[in-house]
Amino acid sequence: MFPSPSFPLTAETWLRVGPYIPVLLRGLGVNIQILLGLIALGFVVGILIALLEVYAPRPLAFVGSAYAWFFRGVPEIVLLFLFYFGLSRTFNIPVSPFLAAVLALGLRSSAYQAQIFRGALLSIPHGQMMAARALGLGPVRAIFHVILPQALRLSLAGWSNEFSSVLKDTTLAWGIGVVEVMRQAAYIRGRDFPLTLPIYLTVAFMFLVLTYAGNWAIGAVEKRLRVPGLETRR
Amino acid sequence: MTLLTVEDVHKRYGREEVLKGVSLTLNRGETKVVIGPSGTGKSTLLRCVNRLTEPDSGRIWLENVEVTSAKTDINHIRAQIGFVFQDFNLFTHLTALDNVRLGLVSVKKLPKKEATDRAMAELERVGLRHKAKAYPAQLSGGQQQRVSIARALAMDPKLILFDEPTSALDPELIGEVLAVMIRLAEEGMTMIVVTHEMGFARSVADEIVFMEGGVIVEHGPPDRLFRSPEKPRTAEFLRRISELYGQEGR
Ligand SMILES: Nc1ncnc2c1ncn2[C@@H]1O[C@H](COP(=O)(O)OP(=O)(O)O)[C@@H](O)[C@H]1O
Ligand SMILES: [Mg+2]
Repeated sequence: MFPSPSFPLTAETWLRVGPYIPVLLRGLGVNIQILLGLIALGFVVGILIALLEVYAPRPLAFVGSAYAWFFRGVPEIVLLFLFYFGLSRTFNIPVSPFLAAVLALGLRSSAYQAQIFRGALLSIPHGQMMAARALGLGPVRAIFHVILPQALRLSLAGWSNEFSSVLKDTTLAWGIGVVEVMRQAAYIRGRDFPLTLPIYLTVAFMFLVLTYAGNWAIGAVEKRLRVPGLETRR
Repeated sequence: MTLLTVEDVHKRYGREEVLKGVSLTLNRGETKVVIGPSGTGKSTLLRCVNRLTEPDSGRIWLENVEVTSAKTDINHIRAQIGFVFQDFNLFTHLTALDNVRLGLVSVKKLPKKEATDRAMAELERVGLRHKAKAYPAQLSGGQQQRVSIARALAMDPKLILFDEPTSALDPELIGEVLAVMIRLAEEGMTMIVVTHEMGFARSVADEIVFMEGGVIVEHGPPDRLFRSPEKPRTAEFLRRISELYGQEGR
């Protein structure tokens, strides 16, 4: 005799999930907002760090490397706590859990994105920069018109990995009280315990769809930007 | 009328002194061909002229502006000096048209329409108007080099520096690039050309400069220099070149 399972997975429990789906989707919407915020922040800061590491004189380049070392070395959940409690409770800067999540996860992502961009920048042949400078473009213009457009295309493949990874990381915002999908799932589960497994399976499915859709979109961008003969390694 | 003056330029990489005091003057409309064994500093010299490489000492003037002065806006100088590289260095993410247009739009600040017309005209001049929409990877080496010449020409340069423009090309593609350069010389463009193409040197150079070991060993008009070189090193080099490429050069 087996005891009956406490988290049953029956047709009846699945049917009871239905009414909760709008709530879960509302939670997922918050994850998507965190994602967009963090990836944009990570992109801008990531490019700046990569440019510092590749082009800036020694002391500044070192700052870039130290930054990357910090944000890649500290666990994400620790970063979340540091940013939320540190900013709101220690420095009395009124940040919401949502904003703290975007900042912590975004800066962390910038360190990883910087790594991707840095590799791409270094792989652009030196002759490209020389030809741009020979035309009379200053260093900043040369980087923006010639080096970055090529480097960003090369970055897309690595970047789509980073996208999948940070998409999932948005659920960690749960830890500092953001009412995102995991928090909503926990509410539902608290009210109706036997729904535990169907609810989390539903959440899992939602992320699978999002990952697929996101990678599809990045793939479409990649195709659009593809230059004959300029490889965008996959 | 002197366009370019190079005075006692030195350049050292680590312990090796690559340029050991090079001086030359170039008149407007003149074509100088620089020859010499590889590793003797020919590319370094060309790159010093527009300071893609900073000379350690010595002075350079373009007309009456001192290129080597710290006060000079070097980007402004570079915009007036075309540079054609051995391996083309076309911007790989841009079409032929955009390669030629980039300097016009972001350095010379021409309006887009004007820049486009000018770029198309330069592509026409090198016979590649029909390739305006092609990316570098879709062009042959010879075509890429002609686009890169168009890119230089579009800036209305006072002078064009060619660093072995045909050395990376398959033999059957060399002619089309030389033909463009010969026409430029005939039209009165001022040029310094580093090349091993002795036929080209003989027919278009006003003066040949023989460099070896970081110094100019000998220079003079092609007739004299090819027929009766004064220095044994020059004679020796010319003999080796003609063994490699045939009596007439190419
Ligand atoms: N950026 C550089 N760093 C170190 N050494 C260099 C650099 N550029 C050229 N050299 C050295 O300087 C010497 C002359 O090079 P180069 O000017 O390219 O000669 P050439 O064009 O006559 O073949 C060579 O020994 C080369 O190795
Ligand atoms: Mg060379």
